[in-house]
Amino acid sequence: MGEPIIQLRHLTKRFGSGDGQVRALEDISIDIRAGEIFGVIGLSGAGKSTLVRCINLLERPTSGEVVVDGRDMLRLSSKELREARKSIGMIFQGFNLLMQRTALDNVCFPLELAGTPRREAAGRARELLELVDLAGRADAYPAQLSGGQKQRVAIARTLAASPRVLLCDEATSALDPKTTRDILRLIQDINRRMGITVVVITHEMKVIEEICSRVAILDRGRLAETGAVEEVFASPKSEAGRRLVYPDGVPAEVLSTAADQARVVRVAFNGGTSYQPLIASLAIDCGVKANILGADTRNIDGRAFGTMLLGLPEDGAEKALAYIRSQKDITVEEAADCHG
Amino acid sequence: MAEQLIALLESWGVSKAASQVEYLLDFPELLDQIWQTIYAPAAATLLAYVIGLPLGIVLVIGEKGGVRPMPGPLMRVLNWAVNLLRSVPFLILMALVMPLSTLIIGTSVGTTATIVPLTLAAAPYVSRIVEISLREMDRGVIEAAQAMGCSPWQIVTKVMLPECRPSLINGATNASITILGYGAMSGAIGGGGLGAVALMRGYGRHWLVVMWAAVILLVLLVQIIQSIGTALSVKSDRRINHSESKRRKRK
Ligand SMILES: Nc1ncnc2c1ncn2[C@@H]1O[C@H](COP(=O)(O)OP(=O)(O)OP(=O)(O)O)[C@@H](O)[C@H]1O
Ligand SMILES: [Mg+2]
Repeated sequence: MGEPIIQLRHLTKRFGSGDGQVRALEDISIDIRAGEIFGVIGLSGAGKSTLVRCINLLERPTSGEVVVDGRDMLRLSSKELREARKSIGMIFQGFNLLMQRTALDNVCFPLELAGTPRREAAGRARELLELVDLAGRADAYPAQLSGGQKQRVAIARTLAASPRVLLCDEATSALDPKTTRDILRLIQDINRRMGITVVVITHEMKVIEEICSRVAILDRGRLAETGAVEEVFASPKSEAGRRLVYPDGVPAEVLSTAADQARVVRVAFNGGTSYQPLIASLAIDCGVKANILGADTRNIDGRAFGTMLLGLPEDGAEKALAYIRSQKDITVEEAADCHG
Repeated sequence: MAEQLIALLESWGVSKAASQVEYLLDFPELLDQIWQTIYAPAAATLLAYVIGLPLGIVLVIGEKGGVRPMPGPLMRVLNWAVNLLRSVPFLILMALVMPLSTLIIGTSVGTTATIVPLTLAAAPYVSRIVEISLREMDRGVIEAAQAMGCSPWQIVTKVMLPECRPSLINGATNASITILGYGAMSGAIGGGGLGAVALMRGYGRHWLVVMWAAVILLVLLVQIIQSIGTALSVKSDRRINHSESKRRKRK
């Protein structure tokens, strides 16, 4: 572990042009180390799939650099690219097995491409099916297998090419919780036993927690933050990170670590106007961008009750506080033990 | 038996019953007509696939975003040519290519000569049928193959064609029935077969019994082709039926 095996440098991907242009990825730089399980998480549409597809060039980046296992992917000829892809396995949410081939023949597929003699290929494929715990279903067609079993066949199939890297795009998103755990265990097992570097794309925190060592958080095409999973989960530094880690709001004890917010204040609404106008007028009247760190408010008959935690930048915090204090039916206090 | 049949038909008021029954009971002649009904369209279907299958593949993989994109102008010309050939009514096409038939087969009349216009009419049709089948292909599976380092050629031969096999077989059944129909029509201008029998003897000489007999035989032929085609397609489709145990026993 240590050496980067996948290096993404200033990766940018845009779809279309003109008004309808989609900025799927903006200036993403990530190093993924050999032997680790690296997670990429983000909400739907954040660009996760696009990012992982840029690694094996299923999608060509608009600009930037992709280096996998020492190879500058964008410089390869199409023949060299096909060779390079053989050492980058990929599994998908939809499994993408060949429906007209048996499980065994699916696993044989990459070996066929490599020109391995039929008998030898079948032998190797049987070993791999055994590894994924499917030895008994070698002659079954995908239509006869459950989702979890299909994903196992897909994993065995990518392993047949002896890849150095395994890309998983929402590989467990179509599976139930128990099967998800089993497949994640299998992926972890493969990572440990074969030293294959794994990149896991997901929108579920659970998946990251379960097997990843480091994680990158994508937010609308940008890299919000990246780091060791425990650190990011203990104290998410970005807005997107907090939204993912605390989808229901930030508990008070985490606030002390909201490092990029200089001042954290607790605002209590006692039946005045609802809170959106407050945030908006803070921005418009005071030029202060308040960050909602957490909220527990209720709208009753158009009047707001409850409390909200706001992060305020250092310059402008006083101005904002004065402004909030001047509002009717709103009280404000500095949140405890928050030192920025 | 013949006399009884003639008597029966005459009792129904069928005119020219004697010559009709005599014609229908001439089995060698009838078999020859059935054979002519089959062989020209069969040969044409085969030749049409020789041209139409690669063309259909190119129409799918050559487009923008396809497995092996080809120059836009080339694709437009191909699409245009296919549409053009398909929009010429078959009988007119047949008359138009008579000189070509003379050139290739040496004559422009007779059943064999109809193979040329039949092929020419069927090839663009077949290419569209193939195109439709290949478009059913799950894009995800093609991406998985690309991610495994498949070349475009390998994707066509190892992924698209085998995965679309059931649909391609259905398409071929469809195509051969359509071409059989064209073949029957070709009876109007010199071709042989049941179509010609129904048209020339049946309709032309007002031999209504012969006409209906020929039509019924054509319907039966179509039914047989359809049944065989459907059975083959279903049997080859691994997404349905086929229990594992059956397969094991065959080994
Ligand atoms: N081929 C394409 N053409 C145009 N826009 C695209 C294309 N592929 C993706 N996008 C856009 O790029 C953005 C990122 O998409 P992407 O599929 O990478 O998101 P994601 O994070 O994987 O989402 P999900 O969790 O829903 O799979 C989206 O706005 C999407 O609409
Ligand atoms: Mg996705």
